[in-house]
Amino acid sequence: MSSTPYRLPDTDPRNTATIGKSVKIIGQIFTKEDLYVDGDVEGTIESQENKVTVGPNGRVQASIRAREVVILGQVQGNVEAADKVDLRKDAKLVGDIASGRISIEDGALFKGSIDIRRRSRKPVRKPVVGAPSPVPAGPVVASPVPAGGFGIKR
Amino acid sequence: MLPEKLRSFFTAAAGQNAAGGPGSPAGVSRVVPAGSFSARPSFHAAAPVTRQSRGLEQFFFNIRDIVGLSILDLSGATQENINFLTSLGHKIYSQDMMRSLDEAFGRDPAEQTNPSRIDYFLRTNFDYQPDTFDGALLWDSLQFMGPALLNATVDRLHDLMRPKSYLLAFFNAHDRVTEVMSHAFRIGDNQTILLAERGMRPTAQVFNNRNLEKLFGKFETVKFFLTRESLREVIVRR
Repeated sequence: MSSTPYRLPDTDPRNTATIGKSVKIIGQIFTKEDLYVDGDVEGTIESQENKVTVGPNGRVQASIRAREVVILGQVQGNVEAADKVDLRKDAKLVGDIASGRISIEDGALFKGSIDIRRRSRKPVRKPVVGAPSPVPAGPVVASPVPAGGFGIKR
Repeated sequence: MLPEKLRSFFTAAAGQNAAGGPGSPAGVSRVVPAGSFSARPSFHAAAPVTRQSRGLEQFFFNIRDIVGLSILDLSGATQENINFLTSLGHKIYSQDMMRSLDEAFGRDPAEQTNPSRIDYFLRTNFDYQPDTFDGALLWDSLQFMGPALLNATVDRLHDLMRPKSYLLAFFNAHDRVTEVMSHAFRIGDNQTILLAERGMRPTAQVFNNRNLEKLFGKFETVKFFLTRESLREVIVRR
């Protein structure tokens, strides 16, 4: 008979460090195994080669850097994942996401920016026709909007 | 991110579904002809509808062949919008403006006159450096703002958007309605949107061409697409 109070989603408990829901940690967390956070964490979480999961009871005020990040609870802070960020239903994230992929379920709340970083992608810089050099730090325009192509009504 | 923003986000009462309701693109149940706009009472749990949008088409036409732009999307984070915009090589700044309005002012436009609350609203929702955005998808959010809040928000957007960038906004142009349906907007493709109803909301003012031209007076150009059912799609160039 199982008495497990909650399910660890997509994690193998044998290879996962767990911060229980009654635990609060202030500081920096570095781990070389998967991490499941169901308590409170303030600081930073780093698990470059592994997965970090913020459980439904988790309240994280920290930047998170990992291979994969799954959020079911609440996170304040930037999230960086080499592979994927997964926001599940009822997840709340305030912060910027930088990741190879992102998945957001209906019902998840997110406020911030999303920057998809494709591993093999090189910066695409198309030359501006007739321009001597690209504008630094700005968008690159391959073909300008044609004059008169934008009907103006004032 | 400001602390106020974080606090309000986590302490606010349950608001609207950021994703804009149930269903997925695959769950589209009906298609509305181009130019039409579905508005029904909020108590009717309607299925999302797809709709052609000339304004959206123009918006993406204006930024075609450009990559690496920063696009502000005020409809809340949805998988569809993220996939579409990132597939074009852009970076998204996502925010659920309807939820933010509810958190700051409730649903009564009369509450949107307090200068300190307006200032708080701007600090918590538009805390970006000047010239951050290359495009903004405002959808229908502006039409639910009272004049004071609306002018302050548009002024702030003017500061945040880069010169020659574009914003897209929708306004109900009917001058005899006091409330209209609000929607969550998901991008189907560069000219198709999927709308999920989010309930009726009081409109703060009437939006005709003259009002809109005055509202966006600091911007370079304003272009209107008047569709059926008194919906104005507006493309504004910074």
